Amino acid sequence: MREPALIRMLPDGRRLHLHDGPIDLIIGADGAPQAVSVAYEAAARRFVSVLDELSGELPLLRSQARKNSLRPSGAVAQRMFAAIEPHCEDCFITPMAAVAGSVAEEILDSMTAATTLERAYVNNGGDIALHLANGQFYKIGMVERPDRPSLFGSLEISAAGPVRGIATSGWRGRSFSLGIADAVTVLADCASAADAAATVIANAVNLPDHPGVTRIPAREISPDSDLGDLPVTRGVEPLSDSEIVEALDSGARAARILRAQELIHSSALCLQSHIRVVSPLPANASIEFSQRSLLHA
Amino acid sequence: MADVFPPDTVRCDACPVLCYIKRGHAGACDRYANVEGQLVRVDPHILLDRAKSQGTPLVPFLEREGDWDGKIMKGQETFVTAIGAGTTYPDYKPAPFIVSSEVEGVDMVTVVTEGIFSYCGVKLKIDTDRHLGPERNLVRAQGEPVGHVTTAEYGSQMLSLGGVHHLTGGSKSEGRVTCETLLDLCNGKEVELTIDEGASVRVAAGKPPVVNGQREERMRVGCGSATIGMFAKQWFGKVDDVVVVDDHITGVLSEHQAGKLLGVRETGIAIQGRRSTPGRYFQVAEPGTGWGGTNISNPLTILKPFKTKFAWPHLRLLMVSTTGEQFAYYELNEELRPIEKELPDALKESVGRIRENCEPALTTVLFMGGAGGSLRAGVTENPVKLTDSVKRKLTRVTCGGAPAYIWPGGGITFMVDVTRMPENAFGYVPTPALVAPIEFTLKKNDYAVLGGHVDYVRPLGDVLKEKERQRQLVSHAQNPWPLKPHAGSGES
Repeated sequence: MREPALIRMLPDGRRLHLHDGPIDLIIGADGAPQAVSVAYEAAARRFVSVLDELSGELPLLRSQARKNSLRPSGAVAQRMFAAIEPHCEDCFITPMAAVAGSVAEEILDSMTAATTLERAYVNNGGDIALHLANGQFYKIGMVERPDRPSLFGSLEISAAGPVRGIATSGWRGRSFSLGIADAVTVLADCASAADAAATVIANAVNLPDHPGVTRIPAREISPDSDLGDLPVTRGVEPLSDSEIVEALDSGARAARILRAQELIHSSALCLQSHIRVVSPLPANASIEFSQRSLLHA
Repeated sequence: MADVFPPDTVRCDACPVLCYIKRGHAGACDRYANVEGQLVRVDPHILLDRAKSQGTPLVPFLEREGDWDGKIMKGQETFVTAIGAGTTYPDYKPAPFIVSSEVEGVDMVTVVTEGIFSYCGVKLKIDTDRHLGPERNLVRAQGEPVGHVTTAEYGSQMLSLGGVHHLTGGSKSEGRVTCETLLDLCNGKEVELTIDEGASVRVAAGKPPVVNGQREERMRVGCGSATIGMFAKQWFGKVDDVVVVDDHITGVLSEHQAGKLLGVRETGIAIQGRRSTPGRYFQVAEPGTGWGGTNISNPLTILKPFKTKFAWPHLRLLMVSTTGEQFAYYELNEELRPIEKELPDALKESVGRIRENCEPALTTVLFMGGAGGSLRAGVTENPVKLTDSVKRKLTRVTCGGAPAYIWPGGGITFMVDVTRMPENAFGYVPTPALVAPIEFTLKKNDYAVLGGHVDYVRPLGDVLKEKERQRQLVSHAQNPWPLKPHAGSGES
């Protein structure tokens, strides 16, 4: 039975929680109280039809994308396609790789179109779309492993910079990954682009044919996965330092290519407590790391 | 397309994504899962909003003697309590009932057992200002030592009864009487206790205590000094001085800060006892069961002669206890000696107000026990994991469906208000030790993780079929519903 979308304020009374099927958004906005409530209402109005729109063209969105692929018609679906299109000649990717970031972005746009806000975020399970008026900033904490939520570093996103989207991907997350990264966090112009790029980089953090990595065809776990029979990572045994470096090298290469193509701004790659940063600035200038992580780095 | 999937794949229709979910896996949302071929909701967010459940029935097993409170009713939600469930002690085998039930899509397991507690006792809180006996003195039942006087708390006296030393460390009859006393108190029955060099009390859980044959009605509104502060304005102008008699701090209006602020004239009153600060006196008499927890029945005994320099004929004096239960009104004669007169109407109101502001005096009985290794082994093959799970609040502990307070630190030592449990929930064994119901409720997944006896889990429906062994009760309205799934950390 189709359950209706959930629209509610979180118990703190400040943040909006929107939930429908697999979509779960936490939304925060700052500005005049009136503006915030207008923004939340706009978000809720836009949200209620998003899942139905996406579901209507799900088979297409789950198919491998190519330059000449049929374009989807929904607004969110078009964001998804636009985000993955730059990658589709180089690797297997489907529009679903950018679904979370695209939904976040769509909802954020509905809010900023409805009113003027100082700043706002739409967090879709770690894929975050940001709005920053002049002079505003957000401080973002990063976790290495979602199942062990301790911050390994923090970063500041300010209105002066170009970053408006953050996404994280890894095999421990909710979506499947072809790679072995615990988490790859990407900063990009927008959330959909960050989402697609995080997927691509996390897939590239890899040690093909390594016996310590358990891989299972996606379809065996989730019969209708867009990854079909591709082997997705289900377990990674402790790796040697040189193996970790090799896997991170591979991921960092992919990240540098995406940066050269101006698809992303920065990226942090985590694998078994080792962290690699691909960034336009010296690593410690834009991203602060806690002491513990530095010891492993 | 569906044909190629294994037969136990389910298609979720909770949202338009319409996931195919394989057995043992969750859908794209992580909120619906295929548990043994059934689509099950595992959504922590929604559960946070779950309405408080009230008036839901409890199902204890095996009728015992005595009347059960509460009407019999049938409802959708049923929680199996451990009352009458029996025990497997001291065998290292699964608890008598391990019941699974689905609560709003979450599979819960309740491990139901009766614990045999030789390490157990009760904490009694007796609301009274009367002196029950010196701290540390023995408390006796039928002449046998069953506990001791501990601290005095605000408006109450605490007694600690039972414990392993009285149950098994003394003489045979000491153990037997202790066990009987604890059992009666836990089952809500009245017990007579005497305190060495102190009072004799009759107490029952949730009822007013009876001290030396006198039923306590009310707790004091505050100490004597606090009472002066609270009522000074209401007395001002209607009386020249007020003494609030209290074993702890006796208050005097004309000397007290509250009286000074109002401009109450000095009266020349002089009080026995040790002056603390102006208008506040310690030890005006011995502790007792008279006025305000002192041993006096005639309040004039705490007064010294009025100072002639300040006092005047016809000076009006009210003396009252901290509960307003005792009061007397005096006027000074020409020799400045207090003569008792009828309480003027203008003062009746304030005395009544003191009484109104005193809460009903009750006896509270908290059962306290520790779940030993053997009991825990009935729950899991790895008892320490149960302790850990309880401390991390993954496992909820209830006694006959009542919430239990778990002491921090090692072991599972808990306290429970016996009035929130069904009546006659406790039993005993001749060891002597008390038998108390205890239930551990947790998510089925968590139960498997902590090494639970998953092979012995029975669905609630099966258990409910054994109708001849059951009795249904309405849950205590103030108790949280024991099966309410735990709120997850939930937020992304």
